[in-house]
Amino acid sequence: MIQPALVLAVSFGYLLLLVAVAAHGDRRAGQGRSLIDNSLVYALSWGVYCSAWTYFGSVGRAASGGVWFLPIYLGPMLAMLLAWVVLRKMVRIARSYRITSIADFIASRYGKSPLLAALVTLITVVGILPYIALQLKAVSAGYEALTGGPGPADAAWWRDGTLYMALSLAGFAVVFGTRHLDLSERHEGMVAAIAFESAVKLAAFLAVGVFVTYGLFGGMGDIWARAQAQPDIAALLQLGGQGFQGFQGAQWFTLTLLSMLSVLLLPRQFQMMVVECVNERHILPASWQFPAYLLLINIFVLPIAIGGMLIFGDGGAGAESYVLTLPLSQGAEWLALLAYLGGLSAATGMIIVETVAVSTMVCNDLVMPALLSRGRFARTGGDLTQLLLNIRRAAILLVLLLGYLYFRVAGEAYALVSIGLISFAAVAQFAPALLGGMYWRGATRGGALGGLIGGSLVWAYTLMLPSLARSGWIPGGFLDGPFGLAFLAPQRLFGLTGFDELTHSLFWSLLVNVSLYVGLSLAGRASAREASQALLFVEVFQRGEAQPVFWRGRARPEDLRRLAGRFLGAARAEALFRDHARETGTALDSLTADARLVDRVERQIAGAIGTASARVMVESVAQEEPLSLGDVLEIIDEASQVRTYARELEEATVELRAANEKLKSLDQLKDDFMSSVTHELRTPLTSIRALTELMLDTPDIQPAEREEFLAIILSESERLSRLVNQVLDLAKIESGMAEWHNTDVDMKALIVAALRSTAELFRERGAEVVLDLPEQVPMVLADPDRLTQVLVNLLSNAAKFVPEHRGRVEVALRQQGDELVVTVRDNGPGVAPEDQAAVFDKFRQGGEAGNRPPGTGLGLPISRQIVVNLGGRMWLDSQPGQGACFAFSLPLSQQGRVR
Amino acid sequence: MRRRDGPRPEVLLALCGAGFLLLNFPLLLIWDQPLTVLGLPLLPVALFVIWAGLIAALAWVSAPRAGRGAKEPPDAGERNG
Repeated sequence: MIQPALVLAVSFGYLLLLVAVAAHGDRRAGQGRSLIDNSLVYALSWGVYCSAWTYFGSVGRAASGGVWFLPIYLGPMLAMLLAWVVLRKMVRIARSYRITSIADFIASRYGKSPLLAALVTLITVVGILPYIALQLKAVSAGYEALTGGPGPADAAWWRDGTLYMALSLAGFAVVFGTRHLDLSERHEGMVAAIAFESAVKLAAFLAVGVFVTYGLFGGMGDIWARAQAQPDIAALLQLGGQGFQGFQGAQWFTLTLLSMLSVLLLPRQFQMMVVECVNERHILPASWQFPAYLLLINIFVLPIAIGGMLIFGDGGAGAESYVLTLPLSQGAEWLALLAYLGGLSAATGMIIVETVAVSTMVCNDLVMPALLSRGRFARTGGDLTQLLLNIRRAAILLVLLLGYLYFRVAGEAYALVSIGLISFAAVAQFAPALLGGMYWRGATRGGALGGLIGGSLVWAYTLMLPSLARSGWIPGGFLDGPFGLAFLAPQRLFGLTGFDELTHSLFWSLLVNVSLYVGLSLAGRASAREASQALLFVEVFQRGEAQPVFWRGRARPEDLRRLAGRFLGAARAEALFRDHARETGTALDSLTADARLVDRVERQIAGAIGTASARVMVESVAQEEPLSLGDVLEIIDEASQVRTYARELEEATVELRAANEKLKSLDQLKDDFMSSVTHELRTPLTSIRALTELMLDTPDIQPAEREEFLAIILSESERLSRLVNQVLDLAKIESGMAEWHNTDVDMKALIVAALRSTAELFRERGAEVVLDLPEQVPMVLADPDRLTQVLVNLLSNAAKFVPEHRGRVEVALRQQGDELVVTVRDNGPGVAPEDQAAVFDKFRQGGEAGNRPPGTGLGLPISRQIVVNLGGRMWLDSQPGQGACFAFSLPLSQQGRVR
Repeated sequence: MRRRDGPRPEVLLALCGAGFLLLNFPLLLIWDQPLTVLGLPLLPVALFVIWAGLIAALAWVSAPRAGRGAKEPPDAGERNG
């Protein structure tokens, strides 16, 4: 036994330490070096999920049900797998629209409905009372276990220690949650303290676990080996029964699902995960660190439970305080005290965050709307920040006292875990409206209201009221159905049996909830405000910073400024307006109350008093014109038009970039062309110059030699002029300056003429030319001289590449549809596939650089230009080693076609 | 922030589905045998091992990886406007 004075002193000292941690956290936040800006602290703060229920109740549950304590922690594991998808969206929404509570979140989604906010708050308060009671029960039971037995049972209520504990916890919650006048900021100090508490409770529980497992026993294996001697303990670790018989699969599933939802929807979880989130990036690492924390804190639950049953032999009756009684019975009093501190951490952490969260909701969504609805209050009065704080403080006290009341009324009849599950089932009712609202644009306020009311009424009827009836506060006959109507029995609705009461309640309440939510949403129509809010929520990631503002009306800047001053304090209101003036680039005193300013003020006020109340307040100073659905669509349309423009701009940029690339490559081509031309010009010039110089220097040159030199000079000059002509030609054709003398041309005659002029070439190479011409072909409209140039080019090209003395060139003419096709096939080396595309490029000559026949490299490009200008095409078919086949086609002339 | 900063939602959904199956009946009944692992009863050991496995899988897919941005096409649905 430990002296009560010592326990009280240590507890009080510990709570003071917490205050110091919180103060330190706040100070660091003030210096801009946030203590909580890292994922581990963020994950530890989520550990507020482990309340006294976990700390004391899990062991109790394990002693009576074996592994059945686990689903409550497996659910969060599953939920955390989706945290990056779901939680991140919740955080982004809350951040974007300055949402500070779960009631605010739901109300804001469905058109900032004050009614919905009040309803959610009411459900939360009623639903959370059993949970608060659980903490009070656990701490007071722990205190009794530590100090030895309860006080006098007949003590008057004012001598009840639990009451004073509730009051002092309320005091601490007030200190933690409502110290700041700065209402809309996060509570950095509180988060730091909660993270600290999470570490303490984990360490304390692990210490007890190690003490029991390795101090009192020889490890987990030893505990199990000894437990097997006792069949009732050994049976604990089986699911019971074979196959599906006996195993309550439905209940297991229910517990998993319930805890999965609760880890997101309990007010304290929402507060820690969503409202207090410093940085979205922390969600990802925290989403696996938090389940790891849960796993660690649960590892020793079974060893402690079984170890306790082995030592005490009580069949698990006192299992909920094994964590304390086991060390105590072995004389390890300091360890027992540490374990008590761990339990205190678990309970206080839960109570502080839960009451802070609930008090915010009560203040913003129940009290403020009631106050604001009285016009006189809304219009007059100065700074309201102090009033807001006081309302919250009163709300914290009220919630704790109500929790105490529930503890007195129903606390004794239930185990810790069963009490907690009642609360879980209550907050699960938020799931359809909240999660559905984040992904389904069609959900309406009517659906959300119907679902929440229906679901929570069924919850109250099937779970909450029976818990009161169980303790005798409602006549016990109620459990068999009111007024003797057996089919309405709260735990066997319509005769549905076979479920435990929790599964039964959750099934019916969620069935009613989801049906009404979906049914009414589909049947009803969303108002303009709902539609706009739905859009802002569902597409929060697509919208980014530039939000469309759904507002039309008139307001005076001084009214807005006074309004902001009342709820934010004069200094912050001033800063808000200065910022807006700076961002819009107008002077502070010439600000107009346009839609953006109104929206900005409304959002800032929403951070202090909730979105629904903020809406009411802004309405009171602004003459608004009602938004029609058409207006909303227009605004949405504008927003999407902006997006369309942005996309078009992006596309245009891409096109410009491509065009620029093309220009650059053309420029490069021009440079290459210039350098090729000058290079081609230089070669003949060099030889002409060298030979003339030689002849000048040697006056007594032999006539035969002179003759030879002059012949070379002549041929080089001819080559030079040919080249210059061709370059000019090409330039003319390409720029469209060439003159064309088109007339009807007989292609057959043209080919024969071209062959005649190149016959000498073929004779020199010893090549054979085969003609394949039809009897008669239609006319084509063309410039005969240019066409001859093309034919001569192709023929001389073929002559150059055929092998000496074995050459064979086939020239064919065919009519194909409306075209005449000329092919010139040689049996030369052919053109490799990779070079085929380039043969029509300027100065690109076939063959190896060394043994390439002489030529300007302009013949084929010119030929193709001519053919293209005449409306035809030129192409090349070639396989390496099998010769090349150049071909071109020309359209028939009108006359030719008629014929 | 773009979604490619984290794991793809499909992967997380698949993990969650797998977790739901592994941690519920009927698969849970596989472990309901009177056997021991290293002297410990099979059922709780299996539950904790599956649990730890899910944590490890989540940590693994969450780990920042070089070149993730290059491998995954940016998700148009999540891009800031």
